[in-house]
Amino acid sequence: MTARIGVVVFPGTNCEQDVAWAVQTLGGTPEMLWHADRSLAGVDAVILAGGFAHGDYLRTGAIARFSPVMEAVAEFAASGGPVVGICNGFQILCEAGLLPGALQKNAGLKFRCETVDLRVETTTTVLTSGAERGQILRIPINHFEGNYVCDDATLKAIQAGDQVVLRYVENPNGSLDDIAGICNEGRNVVGLMPHPERASEAILGSTDGAVLLGSLLASAGAVLSGDTPGPRGARR
Amino acid sequence: MSAQPLTRFEARIEVGHRPGILDPQGGVIERALPALGYANVSRVRVGKSIRLAVDAADEASARAQVEEMCRRLLANPVIEDFTVTVFPGDTPEPPGLTAEGSG
Repeated sequence: MTARIGVVVFPGTNCEQDVAWAVQTLGGTPEMLWHADRSLAGVDAVILAGGFAHGDYLRTGAIARFSPVMEAVAEFAASGGPVVGICNGFQILCEAGLLPGALQKNAGLKFRCETVDLRVETTTTVLTSGAERGQILRIPINHFEGNYVCDDATLKAIQAGDQVVLRYVENPNGSLDDIAGICNEGRNVVGLMPHPERASEAILGSTDGAVLLGSLLASAGAVLSGDTPGPRGARR
Repeated sequence: MSAQPLTRFEARIEVGHRPGILDPQGGVIERALPALGYANVSRVRVGKSIRLAVDAADEASARAQVEEMCRRLLANPVIEDFTVTVFPGDTPEPPGLTAEGSG
């Protein structure tokens, strides 16, 4: 039995098929979860895919956070379940308060669509357990609002807590401290602006995204086999 | 709870960047205006304006509810702050709602 990965679909999500394809390619079983569902259908991990949930009206993720499925995602996250938000999914996790900080417009006011170098800063998260610290991954970004920002106290806290998961080698968007991805204190919720699903097969130009999604599948497998991480903060 | 007559209030909400938060749109406009000869412009900030009507017992209650809406949805406290102006819904021409000198 393979790990079942729930892929959350809001009205306006547009990367769910790419994520599902990558999950399947890597040996997982993707399962679409509609935003109006109140249940996660017993999946072993959850991915919030990229796009423009609810049209990004008001702010990115501001409306999506009120979709019924988000209550179930919050409960799943609180119980230690692996949750990953990619791009718009990252923005939604921040708005929902599952991750600290916010994503604002890119400093250069340009939509950035290119493949960038990312440095893995920690390997004790559900998304990077199969990577090496300092490893450089080439993965595409595709966003207008990827400029991570938080207050000084929060930045110090996430730095001290080893919660910066990925940094840009060359900052494309003005993001604070070159942050491309962060995790929560429990290390089971990760948000990142780059799209690992777009770098999961050789034909796509890079397979570095498979390092990340493969880690998530392994984390989901740990949940599957009953080796759950336990209460928030207890993982590793 | 006794039924209290409610009055309609109009609220004008300005959502802007918190101090210290980069405002790239404001920066672009500030650099564009001198091209039209306005070399004397500074501190350009771009935000959002939201207007809504709310039925409440009195102005204080209307204001309190709108401020709560701002904290919970209309603004993101991590990056944005807000100001709320409330006035009775029957105010014929609320201050600041009509463009002065337009046309």
